[in-house]
Amino acid sequence: MMSPEILGQRTIAEITGDYPFFSSFLKDNNLDVQGNETSSFSDFLSSLGEDFQEEKGIEPGQVMEQAASYIQQMLEFLGQEDQVRSLTILPGTDKSGTPEGFDRFTVRPGETVSIVGPTGSGKSSLLGDIEWVAQSDTPTGRQILINGEVPDTSWRFSTSKKLVAQLSQNMNFVMDLNVREFVSLHAESRLVANPEEVVERVIEAANDLAGEQFSPEAPITSLSGGQSRALMIADTAILSRSPIILIDEIENAGIDRKKALSLLLTEEKIVLMATHDPILALMADRRIVIGNGGIVRVTQTTDEERALLGTLEELDQTLLGYRSRLRAGESLAPPKNKGE
Amino acid sequence: MNLVTISGPPSSGKTAVILKTAASLKDRGLKVGVVKFDCLHTDDDVLYAKAGIPVQKGLSGAMCPDHYFVSNIEEVVQWGRAEGFDLLISESAGLCNRCSPYVKEIKAICVIDNLSGVNTPKKIGPMLKSADIVAITKGDIVSQAEREVFASRVNMVNPKAIILHINGLTGQGSYELGTLLADNPREVETLVGEQLRFTMPSALCSYCLGETRIGESYQMGNVRKMNLEDNS
Ligand SMILES: Nc1nc2c(ncn2[C@@H]2O[C@H](COP(=O)(O)OP(=O)(O)OP(=O)(O)O)[C@@H](O)[C@H]2O)c(=O)[nH]1
Ligand SMILES: [Mg+2]
Repeated sequence: MMSPEILGQRTIAEITGDYPFFSSFLKDNNLDVQGNETSSFSDFLSSLGEDFQEEKGIEPGQVMEQAASYIQQMLEFLGQEDQVRSLTILPGTDKSGTPEGFDRFTVRPGETVSIVGPTGSGKSSLLGDIEWVAQSDTPTGRQILINGEVPDTSWRFSTSKKLVAQLSQNMNFVMDLNVREFVSLHAESRLVANPEEVVERVIEAANDLAGEQFSPEAPITSLSGGQSRALMIADTAILSRSPIILIDEIENAGIDRKKALSLLLTEEKIVLMATHDPILALMADRRIVIGNGGIVRVTQTTDEERALLGTLEELDQTLLGYRSRLRAGESLAPPKNKGE
Repeated sequence: MNLVTISGPPSSGKTAVILKTAASLKDRGLKVGVVKFDCLHTDDDVLYAKAGIPVQKGLSGAMCPDHYFVSNIEEVVQWGRAEGFDLLISESAGLCNRCSPYVKEIKAICVIDNLSGVNTPKKIGPMLKSADIVAITKGDIVSQAEREVFASRVNMVNPKAIILHINGLTGQGSYELGTLLADNPREVETLVGEQLRFTMPSALCSYCLGETRIGESYQMGNVRKMNLEDNS
């Protein structure tokens, strides 16, 4: 553990030299160190004067303590962040107290699991349990293991170590930025080593998924539904640190869903996907069936079911074809032969 | 009785979070009461009463709302003890973005929403920086990337806080907040002698005392002048 006292004794130049991200800490706390680089951090804080401290809500002891925890966290985050090799769910009970219908469910990076069941049946509490790394301390009584063990509580509380990234159906953007600025902001907050390169990779991957191309200069709020979904999926796959991705349905418009899933899987994510769409469900290896607040059963996607995929995809294409004709203002009636 | 204070910018979702959290605590057999401090107007008491939660409200009117809070919290604590609450939650809006009526050794929670913009965390003072728990709401209406950027900005200004994402509409995350509030409760008998985490702004100028006229000769007491730079 880094000691705030020792940190306070070092000069600002030294600290910033060792930990480049320290300058963003200073900036975000409204501390302008220009001209004071050679003073010690604690001298600098005291030199601000009581008026300034009170004005900005700064208390030197507290700032040093926070700087120390911040640096500690960033080091953990950049260094040997514990990798998730497996996620295990141990059963609890449903809303009526009936034991859940499975023994032990383990999923690994590169695997996709679909979650099916009526709305309100308990999908969000399953996600909640995973996010909270429940230890029989939630209403369902489930227990979550990571790498087969009871994980330490830092998975619950750390911002940089969030277990689950969630892609919801309504992927709104509220920021007023263009695509490149937006992805850069995310990359910056993640402290990636080579931001420009990663940003280009995200945009390229997103364009590969989107039906219609978009430029890095396009404002994010101008993207179509499909383009936004493509951007969010590429961004989450490449830039999110969370090892588990929960997807709440991928609407079937303006995005190549097969490619989207395989992008997430090549990035070594565990993909959990709540869906009502048979095609997506068939793309998953296994299926969790939810009802009455609990997991009713877990099934393997069978070869017999998979054989249906071709037929379903054809139907899907037909429907999509009609949709684009409708959008283009064409008639939906079958085209007539001229000679008739 | 256990006491926690919850603050946050107006409309950030404090009441929504408290309602969901209180419901989960009630399910666990705890008796919860709420006191709402606000400036001019609030309907929150109606919402709490509707949910069957005993509630008191205090409107500071022309007073600084945080000064008003400190001057009244002890009486409210005694009310809560008389009512036999296991937990008393105080909700107050952070009206000037600087203060926080957080008390040392009393769990302090700041509620802030994803829609407020990524630069907001650094604009908020001790209310955010000295909170033990930061609850971020309205994640359902922004993208995953925005949630991550926002949380990292909060972490930047308050690296020690536990950050929880809570959906005020569905309650996702509120059970977990309930656990954090109910864990290691502090038995509070009185706040007399306890201390605030941070000083309130110094005030007391002629305007505090009701002066309405503008001009140097009417300005008395604690006055500070802007430093206007010469740009010519
Ligand atoms: N979409 C969404 N809306 C939310 C969420 N949390 C709260 N809201 C809504 O935001 C609005 C304000 O929420 P309140 O709980 O009243 O906020 P508050 O902080 O208590 O407001 P004041 O006490 O008036 O300062 C309400 O319409 C809530 O329904 C959330 O997580 N998602
Ligand atoms: Mg409220």
